[in-house]
Amino acid sequence: MNKILEKEHFSERVVKLVVEAPLIARSRRPGHFVIVIPDAKGERIPLTIADADKERGTITLVIQAIGASTEKICSFEPGQYLHDVVGPLGRATHIEKRGTVVCCGGGVGVAPLLPIIRAMKEAGNRVISVLAARTKDLIILEKQVAEYSDEVIIMTDDGSYGNKGLVTEGVEKVLLREPVQEVVTIGPAIMMKFVAKLTEKYNVPTTCSLNTIMVDGTGMCGACRITVDGRMRFVCVDGPEFDAHKVDFDEMLMRLRAYN
Amino acid sequence: MATNRDTEWRRELRDALTAKERTSIPRAKMPMLAPDYRIHTNEEVNLGLSTSQAREEATRCLDCPDPQCVTGCPVGIDIPGFIKNIQRGCPGEAAAVLRTTSALPAVCGRVCPQERQCESKCIYNKMKKPPVAIGWLERFAADAERDMAEKPAVELTVPNGRKVAVAGSGPCALSFAGDMAKRGYDVTVFEALHEIGGVLKYGIPEFRLPNAVVDAELDSLRALGVKFETDTIVGKTLGYDELLERGYEALFVASGAGLPRFMGIPGENYINILSSNEYLTRINLMHAGTEGYATPVPRGARVAVIGGGNTAMDSVRTALRMGAEKAFLVYRRSEDEMPARREEVEHAKEEGVEFMTLSNPVEYLADERGRVRAMRVQRMQLGEPDASGRRSPVPIEGAIDEIPVDVVIVSVGVSPNPLIPDSIDGLDVTKRGTIAVNESLQSSIPLIFAGGDIVRGGATVILAMGDGRHAAAEMDKYLSSK
Repeated sequence: MNKILEKEHFSERVVKLVVEAPLIARSRRPGHFVIVIPDAKGERIPLTIADADKERGTITLVIQAIGASTEKICSFEPGQYLHDVVGPLGRATHIEKRGTVVCCGGGVGVAPLLPIIRAMKEAGNRVISVLAARTKDLIILEKQVAEYSDEVIIMTDDGSYGNKGLVTEGVEKVLLREPVQEVVTIGPAIMMKFVAKLTEKYNVPTTCSLNTIMVDGTGMCGACRITVDGRMRFVCVDGPEFDAHKVDFDEMLMRLRAYN
Repeated sequence: MATNRDTEWRRELRDALTAKERTSIPRAKMPMLAPDYRIHTNEEVNLGLSTSQAREEATRCLDCPDPQCVTGCPVGIDIPGFIKNIQRGCPGEAAAVLRTTSALPAVCGRVCPQERQCESKCIYNKMKKPPVAIGWLERFAADAERDMAEKPAVELTVPNGRKVAVAGSGPCALSFAGDMAKRGYDVTVFEALHEIGGVLKYGIPEFRLPNAVVDAELDSLRALGVKFETDTIVGKTLGYDELLERGYEALFVASGAGLPRFMGIPGENYINILSSNEYLTRINLMHAGTEGYATPVPRGARVAVIGGGNTAMDSVRTALRMGAEKAFLVYRRSEDEMPARREEVEHAKEEGVEFMTLSNPVEYLADERGRVRAMRVQRMQLGEPDASGRRSPVPIEGAIDEIPVDVVIVSVGVSPNPLIPDSIDGLDVTKRGTIAVNESLQSSIPLIFAGGDIVRGGATVILAMGDGRHAAAEMDKYLSSK
């Protein structure tokens, strides 16, 4: 049982929770995720860790209500408990000084991107962050991202904030303008697919962080299997980050619809 | 536990009947739920022997001077010792005999492949008669103990004040934990999942091994002082160094065989094709299909299970209980080569499972939404024996059929889970990814021992338990010498 200490609404359907999990707070690194069971009869769902506070013994989760379980988690209030939180799972992000790194996040994907942005900056990179969402209200964590970025580019589908256009247009603007050593992308699978297509054209190494269906999250079930470079890989133990140019996104998009 | 064959009561029991009288008693028949009833419920199929049945079956045992059955048991249970206690009407004593060597008798009595172990060595086989039903008697004694109003008092060892940690909570881990607690160690079992029991909980279905039986065994371990922590992954949540900082003197890794294997054939990632691990975990651990639980599971009219082991049997019989109209096994060899326990094969057949043997899927086909709709199956014939001694299947050229399916469960084995090996620096692994250990089950890091499927790569509950016992003895010896 893990107590919820704080709750903040980023938008109507996106909620930030600060949850007690002292062991995970100590051992997690950027890129890790946890498996959460909302209540006694709940399912196991993977959520990327957005932040952690070792001293306080807490981790931060940002959840978008998109199904029954995420809606339930978003409905919890401080003082209530998540039934189970286990982690940190997955392999941590490989952070090193590359030069200029473009970090592009879509929707709620900005939350797990934030610790990577921070680590990339602390490693001495020039960090350009591209944040994208459908509309202004869905742009989250802009201030925190700006704190660790040399430049922030905002893209909205409807032009209600920042530049009107897709995330790929924001990324392409940078790629046309200056040399970029790496792109990191986290967001909806369809967005990462198109970011990967774009950066492949420009031959820029690109890392994506995938969020597939999982059960145990420890390699046991194979629900999260995807094809990378023609090989079967498990997102939970081999990932969640992969070379975006080698991921079969079409197959992954199909598998994400398994229970829809 | 003194189970001397020469004690007076044992001699009296032996003298009461001649060998001829004993051997003329027919083997007991296990009472069980009717097939047409049980495929609509998760209730345990085998109901257990009655007391009179058990005592009569125990009477069949000749109490051999050199009992070969014991040599067939990976943990060396004193088989005649417990059986004769049943015969004389002391099932509690029988259970106590079992407990000296096995932490989980109620489990082993249900899931061990006795026909390949103890019962295969029984003297009755030489007389061309069915062996003594050792497994059913083991279950009888363990169940009788559990149902006793007053449990026999647990003899607690004087604590030695030394802490050891266990990674995993399956049969190997539990057997280790029980033995170490009996030696006076302060044992903490860390489990990655939210339930204790490992494969006994997520894998083996309720109709074969009820959770209540596992929970009772866990209570016995708690009574010995064993502590359990769920949601804790050694190497991730708690590093090996952190365990040492917290005062644990050694670690036993029994994290099991994690990764499910797939066949690598075209279309295997289509929707509704899943590993038996995933299928069974969704249903057994997460209660998919039970009212009120959130976890979904694919259902369909035609369910194919690929494989011929116990997990394949569990999956196909589970599919029937989840409402499949047709549940069938697809196995590349013939029924004689199936590694599953004979009892499971028989139960599956009684329940209406179809066996498509000498058949191997080569490709899956899907509808426009990516859901599997058919499989292409290569027909096989048996050729020369392979390394395992079983005749190897050879494709019959051109014999490929397309078979409609809604759900496919792939049950072709597992690979070792890389999670712990990857997260502890300096821990040597083999080429297969299992943890490398010496004959004392000690790894390249002297304070880390390992056993069960993370060392063997995939075996049975009882072999895992044997490792647990072995590792406990060796770790105790190692720590005592320090």
